[in-house]
Amino acid sequence: MTFPGIAPAAAAKDSVDLGAVYAESQVGEVLQKLEAELVGLAPVKARIGDIAALLLVERARASLGLSTGSPSLHMSFTGNPGTGKTTVALRMSEILHRLGYVRKGHLVAVTRDDLVGQYIGHTAPKTKEILKKAMGGVLFIDEAYYLYRPENERDYGQEAIEILLQVMENQRDDLVVIVAGYKERMDTFFRSNPGLSSRIAHHIEFPDYADDELLAIAERMLDGMQYRLSAGARGVLAEYITLRRAQPHFANARSIRNALDRARLRQATRLFNRRGVEVDRGALMTIEADDIRQSRVFAPIRPGT
Amino acid sequence: MMTNHGNRLTQGQFSFLPDLTDAQITAQFAYALAQGWAVNVEYTDDPHPRNTYWEMFGMPMFDLRDPAGILAEVNACRATFPHHYIRVTAFDSTRGWETPRMSFIVNRPAVEPGFRLVRQEIEGRAIRYTVESYAAQSPEGTRYE
Repeated sequence: MTFPGIAPAAAAKDSVDLGAVYAESQVGEVLQKLEAELVGLAPVKARIGDIAALLLVERARASLGLSTGSPSLHMSFTGNPGTGKTTVALRMSEILHRLGYVRKGHLVAVTRDDLVGQYIGHTAPKTKEILKKAMGGVLFIDEAYYLYRPENERDYGQEAIEILLQVMENQRDDLVVIVAGYKERMDTFFRSNPGLSSRIAHHIEFPDYADDELLAIAERMLDGMQYRLSAGARGVLAEYITLRRAQPHFANARSIRNALDRARLRQATRLFNRRGVEVDRGALMTIEADDIRQSRVFAPIRPGT
Repeated sequence: MMTNHGNRLTQGQFSFLPDLTDAQITAQFAYALAQGWAVNVEYTDDPHPRNTYWEMFGMPMFDLRDPAGILAEVNACRATFPHHYIRVTAFDSTRGWETPRMSFIVNRPAVEPGFRLVRQEIEGRAIRYTVESYAAQSPEGTRYE
């Protein structure tokens, strides 16, 4: 691996200032942004920090002319829905770009449909086209376990996996592959595709968010949309999160986003029904307790339904 | 050909220069991608300075960000047709252009036998001149083996 701007073995230097390398790469800025913008996810952040440190040390080694084996950075993100896998993948491409590991730093997000064709001979060109688009950046395969369908032995998914493996092995410098999905299904997927599992060096698990973390996420989302919670609404939302978690199809941050979207709808209706009265800036921005309280989640469980 | 002493096929850019290295080729790809052009790989074993109809190798490559993908495609084509001419064309889809903006040869047969001058006598004993590759006299697919 070569890093632009650093001549190998420049004038027989014997030490290198890691701090300077760190500052030059500007990776600190990205890591700080990650820390500031993503709530929780401590194990994920720790692993990203490790990877950044490894790449910086590799960079320092290269500048002293020491041998650098380009590390394999293919990753697997496992976790429940809405735990931030895609968001982190997006950041990851930026971090790897800053560290000079990938050349362009774009993210190509695909699912089974983008890789696997419908007919014989359709899959290979499709997969190769996606791989070519992802070169110089990160290929993010969401719900990767759909690639492998054991119930149908003539499924073309296997072909896509084989091409993927070949490129992951031979063109490690050209792209980083991140596969993502729910924990149990990914485990089954890796068990039936040991070749893939062994080529992925980093298996990162995304934990579920705690209730207070979800509340912090909600406030950040609203802040981004220039809304705010009234004092009462904050308490109701905390209650909502606890109740919602117990219900089926809970998807962490995604459920919260949906809840907030519905709260915005109710706020809009509430303001609209009072038309004739002037609304001020504060009223347009504030979500009241009642906007959340009307949610179906708070409905008493009716007997017989 | 009189103007081309090396028997080399001259067509597109850089064809009077020594063969480009892969690093130089990659730099050209990077330029084409930076301009937003779609790049495709073509091959032929029918050399003629004015033969513009080459066979396409795979699909044109749209939306690429990095030249590594194109180089991989060129190498795949080289593996399939090691003794053919391979060229790369960059197509500009902007309205008003809608035409190839770059085209250059990235692979040549090991030996190029060159071109002969063909004379055709027409009415009034006038002579019409054209060129023909010595290689083109054998059947397609067996020309550079």
